[in-house]
Amino acid sequence: MLCDVCKKNPATVHLTEIIDEQMNELHLCEDCARHKSAAMEQQFGLSDLLAGMADFEKPAKDEENIAIKCPNCNLTYADFKKIGRLGCGECYNAFRKYLAPLLKRIHGSNQHVGKSPLKDKNIQKPGRKKADADDLKVGLQKAIQREDFEEAARLRDQIRAIEAKKEKEG
Amino acid sequence: MKINDLLNHTSEWLKGTGPNSDIVISSRIRLARNLNKYPFPHWASKIQLEEVLTKTSEAMAKIDMLKNSTLFRLADLDAIDKQFLVERHLMSIEHSQKTEHKALLVDDEEIIAVMINEEDHLRIQLMQSGFNLFEARDIINRLDDALAGILDYAFLDDFGYLTACPTNTGTGMRGSVMLHLPALVMSRQIERVLAAIAKLSFTTRGLYGEGTQASGNFFQISNQVSLGHGEDEIIENINGLIRQIIEQETQARQILLSKNKEVLEDRINRSLGILKSARIITSQETIELLSMVRLGNDLGMIKDIDRRTINELFIITQPAHLQKLENKKLSSDERDLKRAQLIRKKLNLL
Repeated sequence: MLCDVCKKNPATVHLTEIIDEQMNELHLCEDCARHKSAAMEQQFGLSDLLAGMADFEKPAKDEENIAIKCPNCNLTYADFKKIGRLGCGECYNAFRKYLAPLLKRIHGSNQHVGKSPLKDKNIQKPGRKKADADDLKVGLQKAIQREDFEEAARLRDQIRAIEAKKEKEG
Repeated sequence: MKINDLLNHTSEWLKGTGPNSDIVISSRIRLARNLNKYPFPHWASKIQLEEVLTKTSEAMAKIDMLKNSTLFRLADLDAIDKQFLVERHLMSIEHSQKTEHKALLVDDEEIIAVMINEEDHLRIQLMQSGFNLFEARDIINRLDDALAGILDYAFLDDFGYLTACPTNTGTGMRGSVMLHLPALVMSRQIERVLAAIAKLSFTTRGLYGEGTQASGNFFQISNQVSLGHGEDEIIENINGLIRQIIEQETQARQILLSKNKEVLEDRINRSLGILKSARIITSQETIELLSMVRLGNDLGMIKDIDRRTINELFIITQPAHLQKLENKKLSSDERDLKRAQLIRKKLNLL
């Protein structure tokens, strides 16, 4: 039997490949087999690891999760499993059910406790003076939008002062 | 600023100053940020990528902290320029490939670098010389807040900042410290140290980040986990870990000095001898020998060459830097000749 790839050397390595539930048999010579295995190793990157993790506790066939699609960017969960990258921020909502456990496996947690974008900085630590700071923040946003940076800087300092005080008060 | 202006400039992180700069080369923090609703770069259309590029670069142009910075569109740069920016640690290797719709913003001091449309819409990076994570955090925090005031970031209360790869979700923050650990390598303790680091969910990389080998005894250590811990907690954790590694390296250096002083002195001075007289030298050999010279300088065995010169040599002997200095394309053999020439000039003049 000759090698399936180069069709020159005798095939000494016999491989069974399963792609999309199709079974393929490959008969290769040593040289081609070496190339093939190098290529396979290269293909096995971070996305495969993630995809593997994503599958961890789900039954092998879960028609539902494969078909879910992000309404914002049209990436499907199957796409994510293939490429290991989400399509947009909205995907996190669309795939929440599957991503929450995945994030937990990667990070040991799926609850963010760090900072938030400036405009809703108070979400993490709601304090008694939240309303005041929030009002100032709305003002700050508006100031920035109309590119009044002097006013914005003044508001920013006020917000910082309030927040610093709040931190001290616990 | 033009790219060539960088050639005569020492990057902030190479200055060899800052706390513990004998062992710690630099401290770096990067934040991954994306715009709400826009698909991440790998999934976005050309039009969307262009919109992201416009929005983000316009926002950055409004920020006071960035007024002395320059935006480079990567598609306008030639291969040597791109490699040059990678060698200076201003952008990733990944960012230098498939450059359409990608840009890089660099400030004049080379402290701030922002990659646009890399894996995420924004990768904001802050570099400091020496062991200086807290200062890096303060500066990048201010920049991030200023940007968040203009741009609408993709963010969810429970998952935090949303990123293309779920490994960066949460704070989107990676803190890294570049360490020079020759004594731990020579005393064969490095494997044990690296294994411990991995167990604590930190990663070790080589000089040029993801996927690169450690060479010349340089190790870049960074946090792996970005969700479930606050920014300050993550920085404190890296800080604590690095402090311990510095201690271990310091001890290993002391032991080498007390037990094998002659051997160490011999190795260090031979390395300097080769650098001062070689006519042909590869960049790999250069890094290894410079690593020894740097150690010699730290230990007071080599006094007439300062740390900054040694640090600079690590970078200006890299392929793209050599070619920019010569202002022409050089083959690998030509580079090895020019590299040896440049090193001789820099070291023998001093």
